[in-house]
Amino acid sequence: MSTVAVRERASATYDVEAVRPDFPILSLKVYGKPLVYLDNAASAQKPRAVIDAERDVYEHGYANIHRGVHWLSVHATDAYDAAREKARAFLNARDAKEIVFVRGTTEAVNLVAQTYGRAHVGPGDEVLITGLEHHSNIVPWQLLCEEKGATLSVARLTDSGEVNLASFEKLLGPKTKIVSIAHLSNALGTILPIAEIAKRAHARGIPVFVDGAQAAPRMPVDVQALDCDFYAFSSHKIYGPSGVGVLYGKADLLEAMPPYQGGGDMIRSVTFEKTTFNTLPYKFEAGTPNIAGGIAFGAALDYVTRLGLPAIAAHEHDLLTYATQRLSEIPGLTIIGTAREKAGVLSFVLDGVHPHDIGTVLDREGVAIRTGHHCAQPVMDRFGLPATARASFGLYNTRGEVDALVAGVHKVIGMFR
Amino acid sequence: MSDLRDLYQEVILDHSKRPRNFHAMPDADRKADGYNPLCGDRETVYLDLEGDRLKDVSFQGAGCAISTASASMMTESVKGKTRAEAEALFDRFHALITGKDGGARNGPELGKLEVFSGVREYPVRVKCATLPWHTLKAALESDGATVSTESEGPQAESGGA
Repeated sequence: MSTVAVRERASATYDVEAVRPDFPILSLKVYGKPLVYLDNAASAQKPRAVIDAERDVYEHGYANIHRGVHWLSVHATDAYDAAREKARAFLNARDAKEIVFVRGTTEAVNLVAQTYGRAHVGPGDEVLITGLEHHSNIVPWQLLCEEKGATLSVARLTDSGEVNLASFEKLLGPKTKIVSIAHLSNALGTILPIAEIAKRAHARGIPVFVDGAQAAPRMPVDVQALDCDFYAFSSHKIYGPSGVGVLYGKADLLEAMPPYQGGGDMIRSVTFEKTTFNTLPYKFEAGTPNIAGGIAFGAALDYVTRLGLPAIAAHEHDLLTYATQRLSEIPGLTIIGTAREKAGVLSFVLDGVHPHDIGTVLDREGVAIRTGHHCAQPVMDRFGLPATARASFGLYNTRGEVDALVAGVHKVIGMFR
Repeated sequence: MSDLRDLYQEVILDHSKRPRNFHAMPDADRKADGYNPLCGDRETVYLDLEGDRLKDVSFQGAGCAISTASASMMTESVKGKTRAEAEALFDRFHALITGKDGGARNGPELGKLEVFSGVREYPVRVKCATLPWHTLKAALESDGATVSTESEGPQAESGGA
């Protein structure tokens, strides 16, 4: 191997120890033990770059946007719109007008259900989801179906937590008006084949909404390659501030959709007789948004882009593989969700020990995991479980932290068995 | 800082592994279902009443160590007591685990239930310990509805992922 090739390989190697100092909170001690944060699927920690970006807005660049003639407003508007362009590039959308800023993935689902959904779903129609959806990709559609007299159909999961493509395809019928699916399951870690699903739905003229809350921080996303019609994700799971998120929609769909909320910024002109709406994406952005949060979200996208999503994905894949292997060696431990294509999320149960007790014991070891139903009660029902324990990885986690998790689980066993 | 053993005392671990009065009561006078959405725990409490007295109490369900042990020890503690005595015991127990008893010794003696004093150091686990008691109360007031722990304390699991 040539020297150049060796050097290239070395530079391609992800150095997690170089990344960790970027996250001030990781030096925290919990109950005297180093924090081992394995609850990234719930929310991720923030790098210094994001924290500084948000503070910098308030110290040097804050005013309301899209309104003022004054210097500060122009400055804030430019920074906010620059974040929109970063989100466009991140998703490889064609145009920044296809990027609607929302509060988070949940609001994006509600927006599409209440605009596209209300306009296109009627009595007797169907909305198709899968058995692994988060509550936020179930309830907004349920509300819509109730209002319209439509049916929510569900593609059932296999025992490994996958969605069978052939049986999914059978559910696509003349009554199906929209498909709404997660890219990556928050409870099981399953990656869904979005491009394949979109191809099958589009063959029947059905648009596809993708909940990318868990996938966007964990794998490269190209909305043109996936050819999905809508894609949503949240800033707070991709190392940015909470209260900000993105709804991507194909321009022609967004253009045809009625507005979501009424208010300032989403209008072109208002009289008491008639209002004309603003152009995309502002038509869907009523009121003053989370300005500093949006700008800091842009800094988070810069941060993960600089590290590289392929490198982050490879690193988390290594952690998932290692953790799966280590946890599988523990007698009485069962991993829930064994799909062939998985990322970032590892759910498990332990014979004779309730997940809540696992969580409490691990917590005292400084290991933060999630226990419960993960806002996916139908997934728990599918596997006949009240709850699971879930470790979920981020770009700053290490194999050593997986070892701490494993040692904690052994302590749990020592206590309860 | 409290040790884990203050929460998971031997008596609690024993009752969680081998719960007492752990069975359905087919001819119960009253029963109620309890649900804690934080951990998915479900417990059913059965009552056999003789006038105002709790002649027999049993429970069934699946829960964490704290809620199972609490249910088990509750059934032992309230059996034979009047409704008013059982409710007074719950008030006292509640004060103990939320740390609001201020060390005062008002009301009935808790006896073995004192082992739950460690729960006060774990605020998110208070609901686990009170689930069976809320369910007992619902059974006494029996309208057949499922009680949820969510009427108490901070909202535990309403969102997130």
